[in-house]
Amino acid sequence: MMKEYMLIDKIPVPIEGEKNILALVQKAGIDMPTFCYYSELSVYGACRMCMVEDDRGNMHAACSTPPKAGMSVVTNSARLRKYRKNILELLLANHCRDCTTCEKSESCRLKELARRFYIEDVRFPNGKTEPERDESSVCISIDHSKCILCGDCVRMCNEVQNVGAISFVGRGSKMEVGTAFKVPIANTQCVGCGQCSAVCPTGAIVVQKNVTRTWEAIYDPNTVVVAQIAPAVRAGVAKELGEENGVIAAGKIFAAMRRMGFNHVYDTTTGADLTVTEEAAEFLERLKDDGPFPMFTSCCPAWIRYAENKHPELMPNISTCRSPMQMFGSVIKEYFEHNEKTAGKRIFSVAVMPCTAKKYEAIRPEFKRPDGTDTIDAIITTQELIQMIHEAGIDFKNISPESSSMPFGGTSGAGVIFGVTGGVTEAVLRNVEPDKTYSALQQIAMSGVRGLEGVKETTYQVGDQELKIAVVSGLGNAEKLIRKVQSGEAFYHLIEVMACPRGCIAGAGQPFARSREKAERAKNLYTTDNMTQIKRSESNPAIDEIYAKYIGRKAHSLLHVHYKVKKK
Amino acid sequence: MNVKELYQKTDGWLDSFGREERSLIAVLQAIQEEYSYLPREVFPYLAKEMNLNEAQIYGVATFYENFSLEAKGKYVIKVCDGTACHVRKSVPILNKLRQELKLDDGRKTTDDQLFTVETVSCLGACGLAPALTVNGEVHAAMTPEKAVALLAELRREA
Amino acid sequence: MTRINTRDELIALRKKCIAAEKREKRKILVCAGTGCVSGGSLNIYAALKEKMAKEGIACEVELAADPHEDVVGLKKSGCHGFCEMGPLVRIEPEGWLYTKVKVEDVDEIVASSIQEGKPVERLAYKQNGVIYEKQEDIPFYQKQTRKVLEDCGRIDADSILEYLGIGGYRAFEKALFDMEPADIVKEISDSNLRGRGGGGFAAGTKWSQVARQKTTPKYIVCNGDEGDPGAFMDRSVMEGDPHRMLEGMMIAGIACGANDGYIYVRAEYPMAVARLRTAIAQAEELGLLGENILGSGFSFRMHINRGAGAFVCGEGSALTASIEGKRGMPRVKPPRTVEHGLFDKPTVLNNVETFANVAPILLNGADWYKSIGPEKSPGTKAFALTGNIQNTGLIEVPMGTTLREVIFDIGGGIRGGKKFKAVQIGGPSGGCLTKEHLDLPLDFDSLKKAGAIIGSGGLVVMDEDTCMVEVARFFMHFTQNESCGKCVPCREGTKRMLEILERIVNGEGREGDIELLEELADTVTNTALCGLGKTAAGPVVSTIKYFRDEYEAHIREKRCPAGACQKLKRFTIDPEKCRGCSKCARNCPVNAISGEVRKPFVIDGSKCIKCGACKDNCAFGAVKEG
Repeated sequence: MMKEYMLIDKIPVPIEGEKNILALVQKAGIDMPTFCYYSELSVYGACRMCMVEDDRGNMHAACSTPPKAGMSVVTNSARLRKYRKNILELLLANHCRDCTTCEKSESCRLKELARRFYIEDVRFPNGKTEPERDESSVCISIDHSKCILCGDCVRMCNEVQNVGAISFVGRGSKMEVGTAFKVPIANTQCVGCGQCSAVCPTGAIVVQKNVTRTWEAIYDPNTVVVAQIAPAVRAGVAKELGEENGVIAAGKIFAAMRRMGFNHVYDTTTGADLTVTEEAAEFLERLKDDGPFPMFTSCCPAWIRYAENKHPELMPNISTCRSPMQMFGSVIKEYFEHNEKTAGKRIFSVAVMPCTAKKYEAIRPEFKRPDGTDTIDAIITTQELIQMIHEAGIDFKNISPESSSMPFGGTSGAGVIFGVTGGVTEAVLRNVEPDKTYSALQQIAMSGVRGLEGVKETTYQVGDQELKIAVVSGLGNAEKLIRKVQSGEAFYHLIEVMACPRGCIAGAGQPFARSREKAERAKNLYTTDNMTQIKRSESNPAIDEIYAKYIGRKAHSLLHVHYKVKKK
Repeated sequence: MNVKELYQKTDGWLDSFGREERSLIAVLQAIQEEYSYLPREVFPYLAKEMNLNEAQIYGVATFYENFSLEAKGKYVIKVCDGTACHVRKSVPILNKLRQELKLDDGRKTTDDQLFTVETVSCLGACGLAPALTVNGEVHAAMTPEKAVALLAELRREA
Repeated sequence: MTRINTRDELIALRKKCIAAEKREKRKILVCAGTGCVSGGSLNIYAALKEKMAKEGIACEVELAADPHEDVVGLKKSGCHGFCEMGPLVRIEPEGWLYTKVKVEDVDEIVASSIQEGKPVERLAYKQNGVIYEKQEDIPFYQKQTRKVLEDCGRIDADSILEYLGIGGYRAFEKALFDMEPADIVKEISDSNLRGRGGGGFAAGTKWSQVARQKTTPKYIVCNGDEGDPGAFMDRSVMEGDPHRMLEGMMIAGIACGANDGYIYVRAEYPMAVARLRTAIAQAEELGLLGENILGSGFSFRMHINRGAGAFVCGEGSALTASIEGKRGMPRVKPPRTVEHGLFDKPTVLNNVETFANVAPILLNGADWYKSIGPEKSPGTKAFALTGNIQNTGLIEVPMGTTLREVIFDIGGGIRGGKKFKAVQIGGPSGGCLTKEHLDLPLDFDSLKKAGAIIGSGGLVVMDEDTCMVEVARFFMHFTQNESCGKCVPCREGTKRMLEILERIVNGEGREGDIELLEELADTVTNTALCGLGKTAAGPVVSTIKYFRDEYEAHIREKRCPAGACQKLKRFTIDPEKCRGCSKCARNCPVNAISGEVRKPFVIDGSKCIKCGACKDNCAFGAVKEG
């Protein structure tokens, strides 16, 4: 078939299944200004920045106009420039302009476009409202006065995540993004996944910070600061720290953190290996006892909260395994509190996570230790870690990589891939598959658990048992799958759920990324797995050591959790 | 607020209109007609029964002008400010009513819960301009004086 | 009523109704439109009924299957359109029209018109000293061509039998049994019927696009969310002739393969909802709606959705969102409503007046329809004539009638002998037309050329005392208030335009404001998401175009040439007339008036807040305003 073309700024650009002109414009090498267009969300068409002009002088919103063969549009003209400047000016007239103290300052889309289109003057009276902050959530912080009503968060929360904590409220110039009756976000169905903040183009929704608390612990000579770093973090820091995207940065992170004053730095991958060991055992148990099925994974705290809110009936189906962070956190506190060298000192356990929901998980009462203290004392998101590295002035690009602290230094490839959707399942399969050869590993990798799709369904044969498995990322996808299961349309033995689409590599604690960069992060983790000698969690010598030396008979109580089921 | 009764009545409307999302506006209208506003207690109940999110229902309730989240007065006076009424001087009528009842754009209901004064963009009774309605009943060719007389009459009636 | 199951039964029933209608020797029609009801027409109806019973006059309220001879029909009819003169009572067959009728007039009407057969001259309409006994002779009606509103005001809207009695549901019957769906679509396409809701999009094109779709179910949606302030023609049809609109929707259902119709009625029209509900219930009872209609295998169900107060729901995608139970926010197009409309299914969306045109087109043919009005905009158009005009009301004229005929011949000119200044057409989305446009034919294309739109058909006439800047402010206030808030240009742009207009009418306008308004108008018009936003600047653009000098006077001289803007008023005391009573000074809330008793008082303009209390309180007419 003849290829069809559209003229973008007089250059012929082939139409290859693009749904809208905007995608074509991007293909033509033009960075189209837009606030409300994300390829991962439904087309909303509200900011009107992406207008293009056809040769008859008609205006089209590129995001919502399908490409038409032979059509010719320009992306830059006197009129378009005027309209874009007007729209930006109208937005700025209502917006807080305290960029120096805004934490989104460096990545604010509004600021970026205002500079790009050179808005020198705002001719309208300043309609900026007083900051209206909602600090109720430990995961995210909302400032309504910085909202430009692009609706990205609303679509994310409702369409992608099916959480529905926020909606548009009111109408017209009085419209806001809000909760029912404007109750604090913490009192809603919010699961803390933070994806709203990940798509917010301004500083209206940002991640809650634990940076100050962490520095204070570091500065305190009587406190031993122990950190663990989640698998996805190493794949997310590079770009912001001046490295090529996709560089595996674990070693540099360990080095930088030591320079900053963290006393011990560990890899949550070790925790993931514990989880695999426990979860695989639980799964085999359930296979023996015939259920309950499906068994849902339990690593993702936003998923746990979602299930508590919307599907309390499923709580018995969720694995009782603590998340890798919590398992490892238990081990860390247990170890250092019984260690002579640190006796009498306060142990401050920090987890560096790609995730905002972990901040909520950390304060859950179920994870209080017998003495009433928390297992994890502070959660630092990848973004916060980057901020701290900047603050410390460390030249990340030129720092030499170091290894993690001892003991618990060993890691496995299975633990690393936890950071991407399908990784937990793959790690568990490596464990339950009795064939420990390389070809078995290959077979597992090819079984359909890999890939960034939102829903993956597959089967895997173990002995005479055919395991039915589903892997979902994104809570909206999870909801669809749950309906299928509950209606009897589908049956699975194991369902892996990650709240963030594509898994932890795309967690809301990570720096902003577009689809392509998220795919690179995933690749990055699989490469690490390839380069790791130990592929299976149970082969990690640190695991045996932990069970034997440090937790012993307490293993079950330290590594498992029973969430208190609320009545719906 | 008798919550049990509210839920019972709401169940009745849900039964007749259906529990799908498409029935939401009709159900809210029924509640509003019965109570003259949407009691807060009904939101979580509807969310549960209709399998919707509370924020979404709140979003719908605050989008449409006819829904009120606060109790209204016994007499709801809507002064038409459509074009026809506007050019025939409806604003002085509104101002007079507000002045008499000590109300303004933000305060729409009197303390004694007797009167609520609102504007409506067009009653479609343009031939009778300027017009207003009291609890839905149209009063034609109003003047500020007639409006004051109407208030007195309503007070006597109450 | 018993259910009719076949075409023959329908024909037989219709025959009976027509015969019954004819046997009613005399009819009294009491207007029960919203306007006349608020004037007390229902009390008049009750009084008439009582009086006739007392006088022993056989009176028929409902069309009976077996009427006795010499019966007088007493009906509640739909709107006659002449709302200014209501409550209205019409006597048939003579066609006498009684205006501003009161309950006290009932005895005389019965005695004279029913018992003696004479008109009550005192209640007849008078204009320029001429008494018009017959409705048809009144200038207001003479120049009209009532096709859509033909039976509004002639039949009882609450009775399906009356509708059958004037030949109702014949077009539906024809469509159901004698035509192929494709023929129906072709007839509508050939007629050039254009949507009466604003855009003037060809109805036939929409229908054929939906008919072509393979996806099922499909839906027929009637837009009765007549939100333009100053427009009420759709209300009159829904209230006065509901079956006519239902018939149009049902025909669309046959043509496009849809089995469900949704009517979205504006919240402010409770009577229209009530009448539609009755009409649907009666049609269901007769078997004209429901499953397997008249044994044809075609099923059609009708649903009513009431709006909840959002003008933007007149926009197609907002309207369907509202029916779906969501916030009524327009969405981007494509996909278009004909492909992904209500519940994401192919949908025909037309307004009330459009559907009301369908039945006569099917019965009389496309050529007949094209013979009315200009070829590219054929048919008639209903207009709501309001504002500073002599005869307010609802009128219907062939497309292409000039503004002059409408305003001066039908409307009787400007009220109170004032001068004509402008007419606002198409409501908040439209524009104003001035003296130079008086001979402009009213049709889709001519108006578009003049920078205005027919819109839904509101015509608000303004006299010399109307300030055009204030009119622009009024419409901008309306649109701003009704903006859904989704797209930036509409949400923020209209807000800023309103802000500028407000400061101009308050005497705080600045040099450059007109240009800023024009710049924003350009941006909003070209970048807004939906029709509401794209047309929001219309009133501002057209008033600047034709009345730029008024804007300039407000900004530069702080003067309102029409003398309408309160804040720009100047109050002065005529020393010749002032007797020095001091009453004005005592009533001034800001102590801006001073003087010695028995000598002329003076107003300090810098303190004056222009409240007008001095003028209201002066017994000698000494306070001048201007």
